[in-house]
Amino acid sequence: MTKLLEWLLCFSVVGVAWGLVTFDLLDLQLPPVYREVAWPMPVYLLVVFGCYSLATVGYRVATFNDCEEAAKELQGQIGEAKEDLKKKGLKM
Amino acid sequence: MAGSRREKNSREGEDKYSVLLPTYNERENLPLIVWLLVKYFGESGYNYEIIVIDDGSPDGTLQIAEQLQKIYGKDKIVLKPREKKLGLGTAYIHGMKHATGNFIIIMDADLSHHPKFIPEFIKKQKEGGYDLVSGTRYRGDGGVYGWDLRRKLISRGANFITQVLLRPGASDLTGSFRLYKKEVLESLVERCVSKGYVFQMEMIVRARQLGYTIGEVPISFVDRVYGESKLGGNEIVSFLKGLLTLFATT
Repeated sequence: MTKLLEWLLCFSVVGVAWGLVTFDLLDLQLPPVYREVAWPMPVYLLVVFGCYSLATVGYRVATFNDCEEAAKELQGQIGEAKEDLKKKGLKM
Repeated sequence: MAGSRREKNSREGEDKYSVLLPTYNERENLPLIVWLLVKYFGESGYNYEIIVIDDGSPDGTLQIAEQLQKIYGKDKIVLKPREKKLGLGTAYIHGMKHATGNFIIIMDADLSHHPKFIPEFIKKQKEGGYDLVSGTRYRGDGGVYGWDLRRKLISRGANFITQVLLRPGASDLTGSFRLYKKEVLESLVERCVSKGYVFQMEMIVRARQLGYTIGEVPISFVDRVYGESKLGGNEIVSFLKGLLTLFATT
């Protein structure tokens, strides 16, 4: 199954469950509190996901390692390499 | 691993690592990356070869490569040039045809990937018997040098979307510093159809599909090119298109 199909399946199952509870399609006569909680769930979950995404990406950007030492080391090695290659006869 | 066909030059029990270096206009960087590869492989004692796949560079990259061959030997520096720029997937296929190692290392030739990590890749692969080992900029002490806030934001943002949509089981999908078992790379390259960044992503996704095991090693990515080549709208759009295609087809 492709990821797209997985998502569609998941949304369908959750969507049907939500519809059943919110609109009482099976005439289950559930206590009103179920309907009140279920009804805003989609929007609520979307907002939660949005906040989670922003927080996660924000955190990851803030903690993205800056490799200063790697850059310095590379610079040093470039100099070393050029010297050594010249000695070995490389004409650049 | 016993009993199967052995590559000509890796004796029973001895591993050999073929480094594939596709180049285009890398006249300045090629000698430096080769020097570093020779240094770190030499120190580690592993058997290796460097296969330079130059796509008809107009700046004389091939001539520099020939000089390097004279300095280091034809068994260590193998030249397999092509006439024009033909793309990464085909460069790998071309390189692999002539590789005598049982492991293949792919990396960039512009010094953004540092050969000092190769012994770590090898160690990791031996530890877990992994089918492929991927260098990651996003975990452990991996990281980047030379990126501004905008670039970091785009990178992390794109990676986040990719993780949510594809749940690939690897932290850095667009990275191209990896070690593969030769037969694994062969089977992946023939299945992958995307281009550019998405090609590297597709390789990981297909590897998972086929049940290959993936190890990770944190690497530092030193970007000296970013200033000249900004990540523009076009590339972002084609990345998203490629991502959605993978989402819908894998």
